[in-house]
Amino acid sequence: MRLVVPIKQVPETDNVKMDAETGTMVREGVEAIINPLDLYAIELALAIREDHGGEVIALSMGPAQASTALREAVAMGCDSAVLLSDRAFAGSDTWATGYALQAAVRKLGDVDLVICGERATDGETGQVGPGIAAFLDWPVATYVCRLEALADGRARVRRLVEGGWQVVDVQLPAVLTVVKEVSTPRLPTLRGKLRAKAEDLPVWGAADLDVEGDKLGLNGSPTRVVKIERPKVARECRKLVATDESTTAAAIEAVVEFLQQRELL
Amino acid sequence: MNKTAETSWNGVFILAEQFAGRVLPVSFELLRRGRELADTCGTTLSAMIFGHEICRDGLQELIDCGADRVVATEAAELEHFLVEPYAACMLDVVEQYHPDIILAAATTTGRTLMPYVAVKLHAGLTADCTELAIEADSGNLLQIRPAIGGNILATIKTPDHRPQMATVRPHSTRPAERVDGRSGEIVCQAAPADRLAGRVEHLEFIADDSPHHLEDADVVVVVGRGIKKGENVSVGAELAEALDAALGASREVVDRGWLTYPHQIGLSGKTVTPRLYVGLGVSGSIQHLAGMQTSETIVAVNTDADAQIFQVADIGIVGDLFEIAPALTAALRQVKQDNSTTK
Repeated sequence: MRLVVPIKQVPETDNVKMDAETGTMVREGVEAIINPLDLYAIELALAIREDHGGEVIALSMGPAQASTALREAVAMGCDSAVLLSDRAFAGSDTWATGYALQAAVRKLGDVDLVICGERATDGETGQVGPGIAAFLDWPVATYVCRLEALADGRARVRRLVEGGWQVVDVQLPAVLTVVKEVSTPRLPTLRGKLRAKAEDLPVWGAADLDVEGDKLGLNGSPTRVVKIERPKVARECRKLVATDESTTAAAIEAVVEFLQQRELL
Repeated sequence: MNKTAETSWNGVFILAEQFAGRVLPVSFELLRRGRELADTCGTTLSAMIFGHEICRDGLQELIDCGADRVVATEAAELEHFLVEPYAACMLDVVEQYHPDIILAAATTTGRTLMPYVAVKLHAGLTADCTELAIEADSGNLLQIRPAIGGNILATIKTPDHRPQMATVRPHSTRPAERVDGRSGEIVCQAAPADRLAGRVEHLEFIADDSPHHLEDADVVVVVGRGIKKGENVSVGAELAEALDAALGASREVVDRGWLTYPHQIGLSGKTVTPRLYVGLGVSGSIQHLAGMQTSETIVAVNTDADAQIFQVADIGIVGDLFEIAPALTAALRQVKQDNSTTK
């Protein structure tokens, strides 16, 4: 099995602070981490390798700093990692990101499975995984919460969907996008960390890939962000303090009345 | 595709969804969005739907609620969502009608099918929009969506590519209402047999037998770390029952094994936009807020008066949820009983 896990480096959202004046994100002192949902994808790939043999390759597109995320993936147990980094990739929307990543998957060659986190916690689009599948013309199963079987060139997976679960059988090579329930990510080991530090990470630019230049980066991106604003906080919370029996009763009465006014009961 | 002079891209299309042949409610929310856009542009609104033996009354209802045209593509292979045959049929509809705008719901289906099709079309796609508008001079679709855990609102447009595609957050608008006397065209077409082959096979659908599902619940009661112990989930469950609500959880509650993952709301779980959200002992981490802050009305109960959840709440009680929740449950049951006796 040859498995590729595309990962994204994202700001640690626990600590995202917004500048109230400018409405922009304060990036100073904000740690960059592997997109949390990608950890489940890495873990699933490692577990598949343990059962079926093969190798796991982590892949990321971004500035040079993104190699930190790839080294972390190697520390967890990925066999190798590739960084796509080139000014030509700058400004990519999900279409152009998918285009570059699929070109890297083609270059890696003989890949059986691409496993992605369902979405990244910063952009929250979830569009790149299915996009890679469409570019490669491979089948895709999204929202995978369990790998039920993997044999004879097919994967049977369970998808978490509205109102229940869909079980599908997918022919390989294929793309899977996974949700948290699919695995429990392991922690990097000391040995892994040492290996990751020593690992020589190849960096591929546009010239290393079989791509058309006008489909890369901002040029290849159909969408444009035209405005970023801070959402208006229209809510002003009416806070009621309940410390004893009578204040509790009064607070509950107020809430019930409020819900009635809004015709919610 | 590049917006070229040879092809004229016209009309607004929505992707209506069905399950077991019945048109799903989220389709009617898209009709409201689509109708507004079509009226602004002075163009027509069409609904496309893929399935097997789709209920004809449901198709008529799409017309009654705002569509000028319904294009239903049917085949046994389309009974359950599978990305390859669905994408092939959607590409066929795009080829037939050249829509200027395509809207789908940001459901598991919409969020899988739309990016797959957008890649094939080299079209722009924006995920999970909460607002849509038409730019006055250009006529471009303005797609507005929250990002970075809801801390920013980004406005996105697709200037040079067509169709303009967007998925829309479920429950971010009300379903379109039926208008008497509306008429429209219903086109039922068999799916082209050569486009139905896929490499994914549907084996089984396992229904979640809980009475309410988070994604489409009008009311959601959510328990956070403040419930302290797994057995205390019952405090939330009882309030949920009194409110006829679905039960959700913060990440901490799921990580501790007190409720299962399908209950999780937030960045690594589900996004909900109910009419009413009630949080019990939910502190309101940025990840959690991202999954619920577009709820219509938010009620919070927390011991910590400075808890973040109060920043997005409409009304909140600062106090011990183990005192407050049971009392609130009792009060709501009383209201329910009073309502049913007066009716």
